Amino acid sequence: MNAITPSDRGLAPFEARLSSFQDATRKAAAGDLALTGLPGPRVEAWHYTSLRALNSYIFNEPDTCFNESAVQVILRSLIPQSGCLEPLPRLVLVNGRVVPALSSPAASLPEGVTFSAFSGSPDFGMQASPQRDPLVALNTALAVDGIKLVVEPRVKAGRILLISLAMSSSGAISFHPRHSVTLGEGASLTLIEIAAGSEGPGAYFHNPVLSCSVAEGAHLEHIKLQREAADAIHLATVYADIASHATYESFTLGLGAVLARHEVHATLRGSHAGVHVNGAQLLGSGQVGDITSVITHGAPDCISRQTVRNVLTDRARAVFQGKVLVERVAQKTDGYQMNQALLLSPTAGIDAKPELEIYADDVKCSHGATVGALDEEQLFYLRSRGIPDAGARQMLVEAFLTEAADLVQDEVAHAALGTALTEALVSRIAAWENAS
Amino acid sequence: MTDLLKISGLHASIDADGKPKEILRGVDLVIPPGEVHAIMGPNGCGKSTLSYVLAGREEYDVTSGSVTFMGRDLLDMEPEERAAAGLFLAFQSPVELPGVNNANFLRTAVNAVRRARGEAELDAVGFLKAVRAATKNLSMSDDMLKRSVNVGFSGGEKKRNEVLQMTMLQPTLAILDETDSGLDVDALRIVAEGVKNLRSPKFSALVITHHQRLLDYLGPDRIHVMARGRIVRSGGPELAKQIDAEGYASFLAEAA
Amino acid sequence: MPAITETREQVEKLGQSSYKWGFETDIEMDVAPKGLNEETIRLISARKEEPEWLLEWRLAAYKAWLTMTEPSWAKVVYPPIDYQDAHYYAAPRKKPGPKSLDEVDPELLRTYEKLGIPLHEQALLAGVEVPEGEEARLPVAVDAVFDSVSVATTFRKTLSEAGVIFSPISEAVRDHPDLVRKYLGSVVPAGDNFYAALNSAVFTDGSFVFVPKGVRCPMELSTYFRINARNTGQFERTLIIVEDGASVSYLEGCTAPMRDENQLHAAVVELVAMEDATIKYSTVQNWYPGDENGLGGIYNFVTKRGACRGARSKISWTQVETGSAITWKYPSCILQGEGSVGEFYSVAVTNNHQQADTGTKMIHIGRNTRSTIIAKTISAGKSDSTYRGLVRMLPKASNARNFTQCDSLLIGDQCGAHTVPYIENRNMSARIEHEATTSKISEDQMFYCRQRGLSQEDAVGLIVNGFCKDVLKELPMEFAVEAQKLLQISLEGSVG
Repeated sequence: MNAITPSDRGLAPFEARLSSFQDATRKAAAGDLALTGLPGPRVEAWHYTSLRALNSYIFNEPDTCFNESAVQVILRSLIPQSGCLEPLPRLVLVNGRVVPALSSPAASLPEGVTFSAFSGSPDFGMQASPQRDPLVALNTALAVDGIKLVVEPRVKAGRILLISLAMSSSGAISFHPRHSVTLGEGASLTLIEIAAGSEGPGAYFHNPVLSCSVAEGAHLEHIKLQREAADAIHLATVYADIASHATYESFTLGLGAVLARHEVHATLRGSHAGVHVNGAQLLGSGQVGDITSVITHGAPDCISRQTVRNVLTDRARAVFQGKVLVERVAQKTDGYQMNQALLLSPTAGIDAKPELEIYADDVKCSHGATVGALDEEQLFYLRSRGIPDAGARQMLVEAFLTEAADLVQDEVAHAALGTALTEALVSRIAAWENAS
Repeated sequence: MTDLLKISGLHASIDADGKPKEILRGVDLVIPPGEVHAIMGPNGCGKSTLSYVLAGREEYDVTSGSVTFMGRDLLDMEPEERAAAGLFLAFQSPVELPGVNNANFLRTAVNAVRRARGEAELDAVGFLKAVRAATKNLSMSDDMLKRSVNVGFSGGEKKRNEVLQMTMLQPTLAILDETDSGLDVDALRIVAEGVKNLRSPKFSALVITHHQRLLDYLGPDRIHVMARGRIVRSGGPELAKQIDAEGYASFLAEAA
Repeated sequence: MPAITETREQVEKLGQSSYKWGFETDIEMDVAPKGLNEETIRLISARKEEPEWLLEWRLAAYKAWLTMTEPSWAKVVYPPIDYQDAHYYAAPRKKPGPKSLDEVDPELLRTYEKLGIPLHEQALLAGVEVPEGEEARLPVAVDAVFDSVSVATTFRKTLSEAGVIFSPISEAVRDHPDLVRKYLGSVVPAGDNFYAALNSAVFTDGSFVFVPKGVRCPMELSTYFRINARNTGQFERTLIIVEDGASVSYLEGCTAPMRDENQLHAAVVELVAMEDATIKYSTVQNWYPGDENGLGGIYNFVTKRGACRGARSKISWTQVETGSAITWKYPSCILQGEGSVGEFYSVAVTNNHQQADTGTKMIHIGRNTRSTIIAKTISAGKSDSTYRGLVRMLPKASNARNFTQCDSLLIGDQCGAHTVPYIENRNMSARIEHEATTSKISEDQMFYCRQRGLSQEDAVGLIVNGFCKDVLKELPMEFAVEAQKLLQISLEGSVG
């Protein structure tokens, strides 16, 4: 590991790679970044989540070759033969690059769905804002590959699996995939995204940007399962533009990485559109998990819903930031947001900032937040029925997280999340019981 | 003496998804002082719309016709001016006013109306005396005065609260919009007594109802049948009995 | 209560719209030259015949201030303030000798009368009304601060018999130097933030309250602040210390003349509550808000903080904020004593071009500490109003509890209402509950009221008062009535 002195702007880990760009977009992004640097705690959007961890490394561009048998092992653990995910068409990236050999052949994708690799013809799209979001600027400057999916109008594309694997190498690596998903009018798609990686000698930093465009009447369900390696850093940004009568429903489950952030910018651009930005995190040891969202109501008669639940053991800390912005035109907005956290250890912590910014008068917006330990009355009730303390606790924790995961409509995605959640609970709770 | 209320050729519509939807299609109705009239008609015929238009609800667009109330152009008046002039609407489903104390609301309303009528305002003692007497007649508990307006009130409590307000505001014309719906027999009797107590040569009522029972208590002077946005038939109390026995079918045929 | 009854009647007489406290008092003033530098600070300190330590304290604060920048995180927008373009000391020219009411400039007394605050104890006593069914209420002792100095404090004799010290802070520096030195800056340190540092450097007067062990202050204490002079800022400093088992209720009211310039008000309030002590601090803030085009008005940048140092101590902030062009204010509680209680009840109303960014901080340090936050935000016209609040549970705050309820009401479609809570928990047994809603006055509610004969404005007033009820009921009765009227006046012209 190459320890370096942290630079003023926090860009030292990438310094060597942030120069001599040819194309204008990358050049501009690198310029923006040089100007602002990576955000520190004085930047309101990053007040609670520190990027200091990045400064322990110099992140190199990953090698294109990797140990294929090791990849197969991980893939099998992620997608067991018997599992419901097995038959789905899949797109697999290793260290930020699409690997056709591991992905389903283009012909096996549903009719009306076209796939192309970002590396073939880089297209940054119009949704991302590198000027405002420094991590998106970093991605824009350094993106090498990614997936581009287009679903033709009125095509029901079913489910597609997007797997992003990290294979560690001797030194620290970072990869910055750039994805886009475009749904035509009346189309539908369930995108199941899994991010995972191998434990190894070198840490990695996964910095994806996904732009979703959902045309009139279309429906995109986006489920993400983040189970990166224990020392990994995962900082993802999702943009979703939602046209009238369209919906974007998302759920993210955060389990892995030492530092993770899932940041969503969803914009309701047409009337009668809807957005769900749900999620759950189950964190332990010294993990920091951050779910940040900005939901912008830019049109009247739209609905937004957000439910996020956190379970924190050991020294874990969760961050929730959720802003609902209702623009002047967005009359008859219906917005609801709920963030809840269970603290299971005296050294765990949560920082939450639910935020309403409202400029239209005829709206119904509310948010709520609760933070606390398990309910003693419920515990007592379970125990009085003969369930031992540990079992009762686990039951309540599981119920707490399962309720959140139940918001996922797609059965296959729901089942996959359930399996991952149960596994994680068993190991987390075991670690927690041993510790206490 | 002129008519108390005179409605002529009243047309009114409401905005439905950007397009005007006509609900009242030429209502003609006259109520002389001291009389109780009833409007009956199938759901959706425009009865509640008529009550809202008379009370001055802004969502409704009066496209033509006229309404005079005590010789004044009613349609030209603000809702509170209509109230001060003596027009009272007992709402079918009264809205809740969280945090607004019921007694305070009532006193504010009573004094606003008294002020507008050039009468002396009631002081706290005078008001309390009057309101206690009124609640007693309606078998209401004092507790209801302490609660927020209509918040957590049962259906019957809300209706009694409407009648309480009517008693206190002493209107010249009360429009009762299905004040009898959702009431059990005892509550209905209490409410009806409340209205009956106001009967005098200076008090008229327009009762919107589906049921014969309230009319039996009140003894209306005239019955009007409304269908498809118009009054299609008017007659004496026997008309109500005919409807009770035969339904609206024959009237609907007339209106078509 | 007489002071308030008169104020209320004044308000009633106002009838129609706009700010009626906007008159100016023509009075001979002693004004320091414009500008802020060590010289100004030395001059203020010399005028007040302060001891050396206080001068040093001011100068240290000034040095700290020079290194600081204005906070920019609040959701308020205003042109840069030229801190050199203001007077930092303005006082009614007074005769030498001990201050008694008889010696107060009659013009000044008339001003306070206009404001509805009779200073004459006789008048006060004579004016005591006993509302029907109410017990006789205790009179209110008033400290009146005119620009930079306290001009009169009433009822001091009665209070001192009970052992309560209620005096201008400049006098307390002289008469009770040990107390002031011990507590000044102990809750809000001189370098706490930009405005607090500025205040520490140039504060001119304010109230000092000391309630000794076991004493329940026999009457409500009240301060009326008035900015009169042109181009002056007002920098008052209030320090309230309540010892073990003692209690006090303190009321604060503020007005200023109408001017088309912006004037700065940067006050600091420090409260210290020892074991089993209770402090209730109520504010009705009605500084001049500027005209309907956003011209003029007070910049109200205030630091208020209370320390619950002793076990089971309680500090309760209640505020009704209707005035000021810009409000930047977060009355806070540091809940250190075991089982101590912090409360924050707030109504913030903005209209026309007003901006408010206000809320609270509840810092839970001790075990079993409790806090409650009820904030009601009402925006009308082209105004913006933000609730910003922090609830922080530190690792030792076992079994601490917080409940927060923030409700916003928008009147019209040209305004904004925002809610920005910060929730930080580091203790697993602590519990935080936060709820926020945003809505408008429904057409149904308006129509219902109007059908019952209320005018549009009365209906809005009634519904808004209902919306604010949970906060208004926390105010002392006489203040609550005044606050209700103020709410209605503040919202005039916002409907129809």
